Parts: sequence; C-alpha cells; structure tokens
Amino acid sequence: MTVQPFLIEMKGISKFFNGIKAISNVNLNIRKGTVHALMGENGAGKSTTMKILSGIYKPTEGTILMEGKEVFPHTPKAALDYGIAMIHQELSPIFEMTVAENIFLGREPLYPKVHLVNYPKMYKDTKKMFENLDLSINPKKKMKELSVSEIQMVEIVKAVSYDSKVIIMDEPTSSLADKEVEQLFSIINRLKKDGKGIIYISHKMDEIFRIADDITVFRDGEYISTNLAKDLDQETLIKQMVGRELTDVFPERSPSIKEEMALSVEGISAPGYFENVSFQVKKGEILGLTGLMGAGRTEVAKAIFGMIPIESGSIKLKGEPIKIKEPKDAIKHGIAFVTEDRKEEGLVLPMSVKQNITLTSLKDVSSGPMMKRKNENEVADDMIKRLKIKTYHRNQLVETLSGGNQQKIVLAKWLLTNPQILILDEPTRGIDIGAKTEIYKLMDHLTQEGYSIIMISSEMPEVLGMSDRIIVLSEGKVMGTLSSIDATQEKILSLATANKMEV
Amino acid sequence: MNSQLSTNTYKETKGKANVKHMLSEYGILLALLGMVVVLTILSPNFLTSANMLNLFKQVSINAVLAIGMTFVILTKGIDLSVGSILAFSGIITASFVVGNDTNLFLGIIAGLGAGLLLGAVNGIIVAKWKVTPFIATLGMMAIARGLTYIYSEGQPISGLSDAFLIIGTGGFIGIPFAVWIVLITFAICSILLYRTKFGRYVYAVGGNENAARTSGLNVDRTLMSVYCISGLLAGLAGVLLTSRISSGLPQSGVSYELDAIAAVVIGGTSLMGGRGRLWGTLVGALIIGVLNNGLDLLAVSSYWQQVIKGAIIIIAVLVDRKRT
Ligand SMILES: Nc1ncnc2c1ncn2[C@@H]1O[C@H](COP(=O)(O)OP(=O)(O)OP(=O)(O)O)[C@@H](O)[C@H]1O
Ligand SMILES: [Mg+2]
Repeated sequence: MTVQPFLIEMKGISKFFNGIKAISNVNLNIRKGTVHALMGENGAGKSTTMKILSGIYKPTEGTILMEGKEVFPHTPKAALDYGIAMIHQELSPIFEMTVAENIFLGREPLYPKVHLVNYPKMYKDTKKMFENLDLSINPKKKMKELSVSEIQMVEIVKAVSYDSKVIIMDEPTSSLADKEVEQLFSIINRLKKDGKGIIYISHKMDEIFRIADDITVFRDGEYISTNLAKDLDQETLIKQMVGRELTDVFPERSPSIKEEMALSVEGISAPGYFENVSFQVKKGEILGLTGLMGAGRTEVAKAIFGMIPIESGSIKLKGEPIKIKEPKDAIKHGIAFVTEDRKEEGLVLPMSVKQNITLTSLKDVSSGPMMKRKNENEVADDMIKRLKIKTYHRNQLVETLSGGNQQKIVLAKWLLTNPQILILDEPTRGIDIGAKTEIYKLMDHLTQEGYSIIMISSEMPEVLGMSDRIIVLSEGKVMGTLSSIDATQEKILSLATANKMEV
Repeated sequence: MNSQLSTNTYKETKGKANVKHMLSEYGILLALLGMVVVLTILSPNFLTSANMLNLFKQVSINAVLAIGMTFVILTKGIDLSVGSILAFSGIITASFVVGNDTNLFLGIIAGLGAGLLLGAVNGIIVAKWKVTPFIATLGMMAIARGLTYIYSEGQPISGLSDAFLIIGTGGFIGIPFAVWIVLITFAICSILLYRTKFGRYVYAVGGNENAARTSGLNVDRTLMSVYCISGLLAGLAGVLLTSRISSGLPQSGVSYELDAIAAVVIGGTSLMGGRGRLWGTLVGALIIGVLNNGLDLLAVSSYWQQVIKGAIIIIAVLVDRKRT
C-alpha cells in the first residue's frame, strides 16, 4: 500500500479574536473519499476552524497542507481556487436575486465576445443541476420567496457545483426536513465516490453515525481526538465532547398538568397560512405542535403572537378572550415566542449579549426612563450562568458568538420575561447535546412552576420525548391530536402526510 | 465562579494584547490629535486662543446637527432635511426678535418648535407611512427650504435684538455660549443614548428592526422620536447660526446636512444602522472643523479643500471598516 498524502492537513491551527482565544493548536486530517465529522459542544471552535480552511479568517498560527503541499487560503476566493467550498452555518443568500443568480454569483456564464451574462444558459444549467439531484425549486424564483429549507438546499447545490475537492458542511441539516436530509445524504454519497473529502458538522448524533467515516472531536477550542466512526459508540463520543458522562437526554416528565386552561385557540384562520385551527394548552402542559415543514406550524405561532393577522376565530387566555394585534400585546399577556429564525427575528446582531438578553424586559431593569446598569448586569450574568452560555463577557457582541450560543441567547431573552405561555419554535436547533438536555430539563422545570409550553419541532425524538400531547398539522389544518402515551413516530407521520396521500 | 473567571481573563487580555484593537477603536482621536500637531507646527496662527474660539464657534453648528443625525443614522435612517430646517427655524426666530423690545424667549421657543414640528413630520412620513428615510427627508429638504423663502419672502431678516446676538457672540468663563450649548446637548444626548431605555431602542431598531418588533419594542415611536430629535437640534442650530451672523438668511444652511453626515460617519457610526457612538460624532465634527480652519490658515484654495475633505471622509470609512 502506498502512503497517500491526506487531502487536507491542518496542523497546529490557532485563532485569536482581539487577543482572546477561540481555538488553539488544533489538528485535522481529511482523507480522500470520506466523510469527516467534526464534533463538539457549542463554541468548541468547529465553525471557526472551518472558516479558516475556507478563507474567511486568517489563522493566527498553524499551517494547512493540501495533498502534501502547503496552501494559503486567505480569502474565500483563494480557498475556492484551491478546491475548498463551504456551506455556512449562518446562511447569507442575496435575497433580491434569483436562485440561479445566487448559484452562479461571481462566475456567471457569459456570451462570448460581448461579455454579457448569458441568462438562458444560467437558468438552463441551474435547472439541470436541480433535476440531477431530484430537487424541484424554480431557478427563476427570488431567494426571498424560498423557505428556509429550500434556501439551505440551494446553498448545498451551490457549494457542490464548484466541483471542489473539499466540501465543508456546517450544520447543513439544521433546517432540513427528513426528505431533504435523504437527498443531501445521497449527494454526499456521490461526492464520496468521486473521491472528494467532506467535512460534516452536526449536532444530530444519528446522522453522524449514519454517514461519517472519521470523527474528530473538539472541546473548548482544543483538539481532543480523531477516531474511525465504526470504532466509536454514541456514549463514548458524547463523553469526548462534553468531558463527562451524560445519562438520559430527556428528563423523566414529572406530571405537572393542572386542570386549569392556560390558552385556548378557537377556530383561528389566516388565509394562505392555515385555517380553522383549534387547540388548548393547560397550565403546566407541554403541547407539541408538529407536522412537515411548511405545514403552517410557525404561522400558527406567529398568529398567536400577533405577527400574522387572523381573519376569524379567537384566542382565550384563562378563558378570557384577548386581542393581540402586535407582539407587544402578546408579551403583555405573558406570552413569549422563541422564534425559529434567530438572525431575522431573534437577535440584534450588533448588540451585546447583555443587551440582547434584556431587550424584552427593559422595564424590569430600569426605573422610569433610566436603565439600572448594575441590575441589568446582574440579570444578564445570571442568565449566562443559568443557560451556560459560552461567552467571555456579557459585553461580547452576539454576532461573534457560536451559533448554538446565539440560540441560547434568544431563549434567555424570553425566559427573562417570565412568561406564562412559552412558545418554542425549533428550540434546540443547532444546540449541542449537553445543552439540549439542559433545555429539556428547564422545560420540565418550568411546567412544574406552572408555565405552559407550546413546542414546535421537526425533530421526532424531541416531540415524542417532551410533549404531553401532540397536535399534528398538515397544510394549515389540524389533522389530529395524540396523547404522549399513544404517540409513535408512525402515527405522527401518517397524520402529517394524510393530506398529501389524497391528492 | 466560572463567569468571574472569564471576566478576569477578558480584562487581562484586553489590557495587554489589544494595541491593535484600541488603535482602531480610538483611531479617530489620534487622527484629530495628529492634525492638531501638524497644523500647530505648520501655522503659528493655529493654536492661538483667538483662532481656537473661532474654530469652536464654526464647529458648534455642525456638531449640534451631527449629534441629532447620529440618532437617525443609528436607526438605519438618514436626515437630509437638517440644513433646510435650520434655515426655517433661523428665519422664524429672526422674525420674532427684530428690534430691542421683543420677547427673546418666545423667539427661541418658536425656532426650536418649528424644527421639532418639521422633524415630527419627517417622523410620521417615515414611521407611519413607511416612506424610506432618504426620500422622506429629501422631500422635506425642499419643503422646508420653500417654506423658508415663502415666510421671509426671500429677504434676509436683520436688525435683531442685541440681547439675542449675545447667544452667538457672548460667553461664560471665557468659553463661548455656542460651545456650552454643544457640550450640554452632547451631555443630554449621551444620557439619552446610553442610560435610558430609549437609547437601547434606538440601537435595537437600527440593528434589527424585525427582532426589535418581535421583542415588543415600539419601533414606530422610536423612529418618530429620532426624527423629532434631529429636527429639534436642527432648530437649535438655526437659532445659533442666526444669532452668530446677526440675521436670518433664507439661503443659510445649504448642504449642511452633508457635513453633519460626514461627521457622523467619520466618527465611526455605520450607515447600516445599529453601530456607532456619540463621542465619535463630536470628534468627527472637530476633525472637519480643524480641517476647514487649518486649510484656510494654510491658504489652501477652497477647491482643493473640497478634494481633501472628500478624501478624508472616504479614508475614515475605510479605516473604520477594519474596526468591526
Ligand atoms: N468573530 C469573532 N469574534 C470573537 N469571538 C469569536 C468570533 N467568532 C467566533 N468566536 C468565538 O470562538 C469560539 C468558537 O466559536 P465557533 O463558532 O467556532 O463554535 P462552534 O464549535 O461552531 O459552535 P456551534 O456548535 O454553536 O456552532 C466561541 O467562543 C465564539 O464566541
Ligand atoms: Mg458553528
């Protein structure tokens, strides 16, 4: 057997931001034709390392070799020229441009001689790419018209289309439905056969064990280990990531449901989104709201929160009808909404951790118009500790936090309002397994204190593991309700797809 | 314990390794100092008390406008109408204080009120009717200028009360009133921006309007308020200018908005909203003032002055991009 050089060798890479360490002395070796999973808790340094490889950041120290030769991917363009493409955790498409324009950005096909963009060819090529991958997205649509999962798929297609040797996928499935995950996996398998190297980051354990060949673990910005996936089991892996044993992911739900009705939604409709939706949440109950992507779950939550106007039906709080025209009204009535899209609706990126945490509760940390600084600092530090948010200071800008830690900030912000009704839309998206467990425990704890929770989630284990009752939506209609005892994955899926079968 | 620890590390590293970071944070202050040093060496007339008084008076008008502009730009907006509002307020105040037996106080209030009113109209157009700030205030720029000419019938208003002129020419413990006004405005606005809930709203609305709305903030009222502040301060600048030049000129304040925007941008506030600082604006206004004054002293032709000023603005933004 001849010794083949690694496709990518990252050696002793460190990165400091303003003198503060993000990663130090990490190593990573990628073999040709394999999927290499990069694992670690939120803030472990996975994205930072990959941003170095793909030319977003310059390393403070360290060298990168590609097939044995040192390379300097110091700009994204340089990285692409070396054959390194990346799908970013935080997507940033150009919303006003079409799908095809986004995919061909910077390498538009031109008519010979005149050097004008050959749009027909661009659209035809994009269409072909999609057809090859069995995707049904219209290349002429503007990005802003696509759903989050479609945007994700476009980004995947774009990265693959560079025909790079190395493709980095930073949490590509965090907003994909099962069907699209399968599509992605078949794309990955094809890439493997072509001898490409895939670096795959995800917090979803089952995915990792399905597709990874090698697994490298980071912890606190440091390299811990690399193993063959077949030599690892989930427990060992988690232990390497977290640095300690982690028992049950889902806490035992202690019965906390009171008879008292907290919120009832009666026949609400919002044309184009959903119609005649009714359900009730009791005090201390966790209600799971599930269905396929695009079933209208998020829209129902938005309507309750005053972000989408409802045409008919009513919302009652403890039996009293309430009027909610905008989020302000909902907050006043003790409703909180941890939105699904943290960048668009959740966070003010250029503000600090502290300022984001207290944004919804400014009245509690001020007297009259004046802010109470000390009070605010305490409240923020408290939340940072309670949710184990990894930040070096409360004044760190949230835009420089790792994705999972950003998600925790959104959660912290809403917990601080002391809501009676907490709506969680994909609450653990991008959150590591340790923190997930913390959040589940917290949910359980909150319900015991009398909070009610409506949880929207596409992750089956989460829905099944945490909900007391499950409502399944499909195409904007309630298809059925399951109690936690009867609910199984099959039953949920058959309800979620019932509409689709008929047509 | 844990968070305590990380707080300490933060401070330590900040103290020791962050020359580069500090440089980019306080770079404009260094730039200002550098300019002062160079001009002091090049021109013996620069660092004299007479010239400094003159310089501060010149800067005061732009500083007041730029402070108001900072609020607007922080919300991702822009206010092109400040120059025209300045003229309108100036002419209103002037018309109230002609002759020596007039009610000074009423004149000043009328001028400030006029500015506030037009600012509020900007606010309504932007916040309630959702017209982009650029267009809304571009319209107001023409409207306010037109109203100024209509009100004054195109004529300057002079013969103002002696008492009124003291604002622009007098001083207290050797410091011109104009400078006091800037300092007080700056102090009040700093408190407003950094110590009140409202200040937080301003940053949040500019940083992510959607998230601000979802968090239950009153976005419309915040937008309303920043245009009111900008209008009010434009009115104040109008009163100041009228007093200093001892007449109300309908053509005053043309293109002042550009200097105000330049001061804000040089000061490190992002036109994309949500990022910026008030002290930077003050330094930005001083940089423009020192530049104007210094180039005059060095007898650089006014044509070249424009070229240099433009270049400085662009360089400032380029340097600032490194900051984030
Ligand atoms: N631009 C930046 N400025 C300052 N600190 C940063 C910056 N980018 C990342 N960091 C810090 O570096 C550390 C590693 O972040 P990184 O995004 O690599 O984590 P991650 O492993 O991808 O986590 P997640 O699973 O949450 O996505 C974090 O503590 C983060 O706060
Ligand atoms: Mg990451």
